[in-house]
Amino acid sequence: MSTTNGSGRRRTGTIRLDRPDRSDGGSAVGSTTGERSKGLITLAHGSGGRLTYDLVKGLFCRHFSNPALDLLSDSAVLDSPVGSMAFTTDGFVVSPLFFPGGDIGSLAVCGTVNDLVVAGAVPLWLSAAFFLEEGLPIGELERIVQSMAAKAAASGVKIVTGDTKVVDKGHGDGVFIATAGVGRLHASAPVGSASVAPGDLVLVSGPIGDHGAVIAALRAGLDPGGLTSDCAPLTPLGAAIAQAGVRPKLLRDPTRGGLATLLAEVAKDAMVSIELAESQLPVRDSVRGVCDLLGLDPLYLPCEGRLVALVEAAQVDAVLGALRRIPDGADATVVGRVVDADVGPVVLRTRYGGRRLYDTLAAEQLPRIC
Amino acid sequence: MSQPQVDDAAVGRFREAGRVERLVGDIARLDPPRPMRFMHVCGTHENAICQFGLRDLLPPWLRLVAGPGCPVCVCPAAEIDMAVRVASSSGAIVTTFGDVVRVPARISLSDCKAQGGDCRVVYGIADAVEIARREPNREVVFFAVGFETTACTVAAALLDGVPANFSILSSHRLVPPALAALCSQTAAGELDGFLLPGHVTTIIGLEPYEKLVEESRLPMVVAGFEPVDVLLAIRRLAKLTIEEHPALENAYGRCVRASGNLAARKALAEVFEPSNANWRGIGAIASSGMRLRESYASHDAARRLGIEPDGSIADIHPGCRCGEVLLGRVEPEECPLFGRKCIPEAPIGPCMVAFEGTCHARMRHAGRRFESIRVDSIRVEE
Repeated sequence: MSTTNGSGRRRTGTIRLDRPDRSDGGSAVGSTTGERSKGLITLAHGSGGRLTYDLVKGLFCRHFSNPALDLLSDSAVLDSPVGSMAFTTDGFVVSPLFFPGGDIGSLAVCGTVNDLVVAGAVPLWLSAAFFLEEGLPIGELERIVQSMAAKAAASGVKIVTGDTKVVDKGHGDGVFIATAGVGRLHASAPVGSASVAPGDLVLVSGPIGDHGAVIAALRAGLDPGGLTSDCAPLTPLGAAIAQAGVRPKLLRDPTRGGLATLLAEVAKDAMVSIELAESQLPVRDSVRGVCDLLGLDPLYLPCEGRLVALVEAAQVDAVLGALRRIPDGADATVVGRVVDADVGPVVLRTRYGGRRLYDTLAAEQLPRIC
Repeated sequence: MSQPQVDDAAVGRFREAGRVERLVGDIARLDPPRPMRFMHVCGTHENAICQFGLRDLLPPWLRLVAGPGCPVCVCPAAEIDMAVRVASSSGAIVTTFGDVVRVPARISLSDCKAQGGDCRVVYGIADAVEIARREPNREVVFFAVGFETTACTVAAALLDGVPANFSILSSHRLVPPALAALCSQTAAGELDGFLLPGHVTTIIGLEPYEKLVEESRLPMVVAGFEPVDVLLAIRRLAKLTIEEHPALENAYGRCVRASGNLAARKALAEVFEPSNANWRGIGAIASSGMRLRESYASHDAARRLGIEPDGSIADIHPGCRCGEVLLGRVEPEECPLFGRKCIPEAPIGPCMVAFEGTCHARMRHAGRRFESIRVDSIRVEE
């Protein structure tokens, strides 16, 4: 992983923690309604008039097309599913917008879908509200929308309604996306955190920290090498567990704050402790490398396509078997177990037999990670 | 400045469980005449010790204490306040390391940022210089906190040439004067030896420590940062103490040369000169700071912007024992605020703010010693 170019200087012109340079010479005052910047989003695109309609029809509807959306009414009208529903909402402000393995659009769809999957629901419908910054190249927006369409198809959801707003240049960092999602609860929905008890086992569906490591590497000006975000819908994994006829105690996805924060929250909720074994944690060498270089801990790095399950010990073989039959779950493994409340919510046994405690992450290790 | 070539296989060897086990066994089998207390003065050492759970592996007669090794923790509130004033009222862009922005003074740089001050987190001075080049109409100030290792990067940048709108607010500190102060303030028998900081010593070499060993009659061993490195140095310190042999040794030979890094030392000497400096919670230590030389006055933010530290700002909150923690006199667990009112999410003292601060590192690791201290000796003052 290189950090310098030939002259020994740090590579410049890549991602920084301060706002990316979008200097195109224009000011907000110069780009009023009426100007038609070819290929760029203007304030007129958010005015609700002709340009908005063209954008919605020509871009969003073209890629998201489905009967409910195509009617373009103020609300999508849908047949309500039988039984209980899961309903979630999410916001996406990731910087940079594009990264190896995904972009803000794929994060938006997968993040929302995954919140439904871990609730024990079959994801059905999403909404997507876009907050676009004046000056955003329409080509970039189209890439994001295409990415969303692809992930929606892979997850089996339809994006049935949305909104578009445009803010003055300098008042929004390219694109922000807000979503909501609805799903139908299936019979094998998780029991809930109150049911978590000593003896239960903790599984993850694959290596942790990939997404966080990629973003951290880009922000630090490092070449991510082959590392890509793990951004993916968990629908196939959720379905596999349901089909195995197993009701897990809890399903979660470790996004902001990583696996450690998630397990600390679960442990505090259930008034137990969770013991992890360092030697059993699946972490890619490239992720460890990024962490060592930047002083990060893989247990606090977000994943965007991993499933964490807490199950009764008797069920672990059935769950692991079900997960491992799916490509995304091939590396599913047990990483720890639930024990009586100890000195901290999460206790990691280091490979030397020492101990390290984890609690919810105090400060933002990596702002604008998803 | 060349980087040591450390390949993955080498790092792996120094984390190998088998080697760690053997060293732990060696240390446990030593026959000490009395309990021993060693101090390290490096936040990265404390971080490594906590990360690998090394205190759990040491015998009960051997205590490893953290000294003032975190440059963020020892940065006086008055100097943080200077950076805050620059960010909030001068219109300049203040750039600094992530940990520094959360350290409280009157307010922290993070609070200042939320109130509209332009403060940006960077990974190193190169990022700050880049910002200055991109925004030639703004003053860009790099708030430079760190020991000799970090100061080298600042010196290198200035020698390379920086834009006219770029300046340094220096809060750099030197390690050997702090060690000297610790040695002179420590009563006989309180400390049995020092683990010396591997990265700082890569720069300064062994010579600055020679007089200290002679005068204090304490053994000192330079240590690296992998588990095997730390345990090797501890084993050596323990043996030297049992033999009553005050020696200065280098247990980090793959990175540290006795002469240090001559090019880096030359760069430091050209750009900086020693100055008297305060250490938060400890007080003034002569010649322990680094000030930009007169020839670099145009890039010295304090001189450029005409700001001076406000001595009236309190370094330590009432009830906070950071000063004693920094001197290794008390363990974090003995501070009544530790883990109760003072937590990483809402830190009261500097040791809890910085990631490598002793209290923050200890929150991430609380083995059997935490339990015994918590039960026996903490008085809860609400």
